[in-house]
Amino acid sequence: MAKTDNRSGPTRRMVLEGGVATGVLLATGLPVDAEPAETVTAAASSSPLPTMTMSLRINAKDLAIELDPRTTLLDALRNHLGLTGSKKGCDHGQCGACTVLVDGRRINSCLTLAAMHQGDEITTVEGLAEGDRLHPVQAAFVARDGFQCGYCTPGQICSAVGMLGEARAGWPSHASADVAAASVALTDAEIRERMSGNICRCAAYPNIVAAIRDAAEEA
Amino acid sequence: MQSFTYERATSAEQAAAAVAARPDAKFISGGTNLLDLMKLEIERPAHLVDISRLPLDRIEETAEGGLRVGAQVRNSNLAADPRVRSRYPMLTQALLAGASGQIRNKASTSGNLLQRTRCPYFYDRNMPCNKRQPGSGCAALQGFNRMHAVLGASEACIAVHPSDMAVAMSGLDARIETVSPGGETRTTPIGDFHRLPETMPQVETVLGHGEMVVAVVLPPPPPGRQLYRKVRDRASYAFALVSVAAIVEKGGDRIRSARIAMGGVAAKPWRATEAERTLAGASASDGAFIDAAEAALAGAVGHGANDFKIPLAKRTMRHTLAAAVESA
Repeated sequence: MAKTDNRSGPTRRMVLEGGVATGVLLATGLPVDAEPAETVTAAASSSPLPTMTMSLRINAKDLAIELDPRTTLLDALRNHLGLTGSKKGCDHGQCGACTVLVDGRRINSCLTLAAMHQGDEITTVEGLAEGDRLHPVQAAFVARDGFQCGYCTPGQICSAVGMLGEARAGWPSHASADVAAASVALTDAEIRERMSGNICRCAAYPNIVAAIRDAAEEA
Repeated sequence: MQSFTYERATSAEQAAAAVAARPDAKFISGGTNLLDLMKLEIERPAHLVDISRLPLDRIEETAEGGLRVGAQVRNSNLAADPRVRSRYPMLTQALLAGASGQIRNKASTSGNLLQRTRCPYFYDRNMPCNKRQPGSGCAALQGFNRMHAVLGASEACIAVHPSDMAVAMSGLDARIETVSPGGETRTTPIGDFHRLPETMPQVETVLGHGEMVVAVVLPPPPPGRQLYRKVRDRASYAFALVSVAAIVEKGGDRIRSARIAMGGVAAKPWRATEAERTLAGASASDGAFIDAAEAALAGAVGHGANDFKIPLAKRTMRHTLAAAVESA
C-alpha cells in the first residue's frame, strides 16, 4: 500500500555500508551505545530538503540527530539510530509491530513524527531489559513460546507492557461489562480485546495470551 | 510524503494564527489519521503546527454540572476518566469500541472529531473522489459501497464519518468550542459541526481555515440509562457497519424521553430525532422500539452493497433500546 519514498530514509547501499555497527546491534539486541547528546548526521542527500536537529531521549540515552521533518519515529529508530527491534509491518497503524512506549504509554511509532517526541521518554523493546535480566513480559514470552517467526514480537511485548499498566490503573476495555468498575480482572477475553491492535500473522495468539496472563499474575 | 516544515505551537491563539497565515498549513495533534493520509499524499500540507502539547489536556467540571473536555485530551484518557465512566458511560463505551489501545493513547478529542472518512475510493488516488478531488466524481456510487452511507448522502458523496466517539457525543448534545485566528471563540452544537456532503463533500465541518477546536463541552448527563452498541465485521479494531448510542429514561411502563444517535450510516453522527419523538411517552415495548427504528430509517437509501445496513440499523436500534430499558 505505502509508496516507497526514495527522497528520505536510507538506501540499500547506505545500509550495507553502515552494516557493521548495525549488524552488531542486531545480533545483541542491545541499545545503541551512544554518548549523551551525540549528533548522528542523517544520510547525506543531494536534494536541498529541510532538516531539523532533534533531541530525542531513547532508552534512557539523550541523542541529537538531524532529520527530515517527515521522518516517523519508527524510521528514526530503525533507519537512523540502529534500533531495529521495533518493526515495520503495515506502516499504517494497523498491525502494531512498531509499538513503542512513550512516557510509559504504548503507541504506534509509525503513525507519529520523530519531531513530535522531542522531550519525551521513549522506550523500545531494546530498552526493556535491565542488563541481562529480561523484562517479566519478555521472559513470559520466552517461557510460553509466544511467537513463531518473531516479527510481531517486539510490538506485542511493548504493547503488553503498556497494556498491563493500563489495566493496573483500572482502565476499562470494550470487553469490560461495567466500564464504571474501579478495577479490572484480566481475563483472556480482556487480554485479547486489549491486544487487538497487535496482529500476529503466525497466529501465535494462544501462547501470546498465556504469556501476558503469566506476566499479569506475576506482577 | 510531501516535504513540510514543522513547528510546535506555543498557545491556541498562536497556533490558529500560524495555520491561518498559510493556506497549505495544517494542525497536527495525535497524527494517527493525518500522517496516514500524508503517507499516501492524500493530505499534502507544506507546514505542520503541532498542537499536541498545548495545555488543553484537562477535563474540568462545568458550572452547569457537566464536563469540559480539552481538545488535547487523548481518547484513552477520556475513556478512562472516572467521571466520564460513571456519568457518561456511553461515551466511554463508544471510545473503547473504536481503534486500538495504541491509537487511543495518541488520538486527541478534536482529532477524533476531525478524522476523515475511510472510504476506499477516498484513499485510492487512482479513482475519482469528490472529497479528495472536487469535481472528479464518486467511484463509490457504483462501486464497493458496503461500508457507505444510507442517510444524508448525495450524488456527490456517500462516505461515512468513521468516529464512534462523535456518535456518543451527539447523543449527549455536546458543544464544540473553537478559537479563530483572530482570537475570537465560538461554540457550535455538535449537530451543526459536521456538514452533510450535498455538492461539496470536501467541506466536512463548519470550521474556517485556522479555526481550532479547544474543547468539547458535555452538558450534565441526561436522566436515563446510556448504552452504545456497535456492529462490525470483527469483534475488535474495526469500523462500525452501524452503531447506536441511546439514552432512555423510563417512567413506570412508559418511556419519558429518549435520545438516539447513529454511527456508520452518514457523513456525520446521525441524530435520530424522529425516533426520539416516536418514543416520547410511548409504552416501553418492543412495538415502540420497532416503530422508532422504522422512523429513524424512513429516509434511508441503499446503494447496492450497503442495502443491508438499513435492516441492520433498525435491528441494532431495536435491541439497543430494549437493552437500555431492561436495565433502566
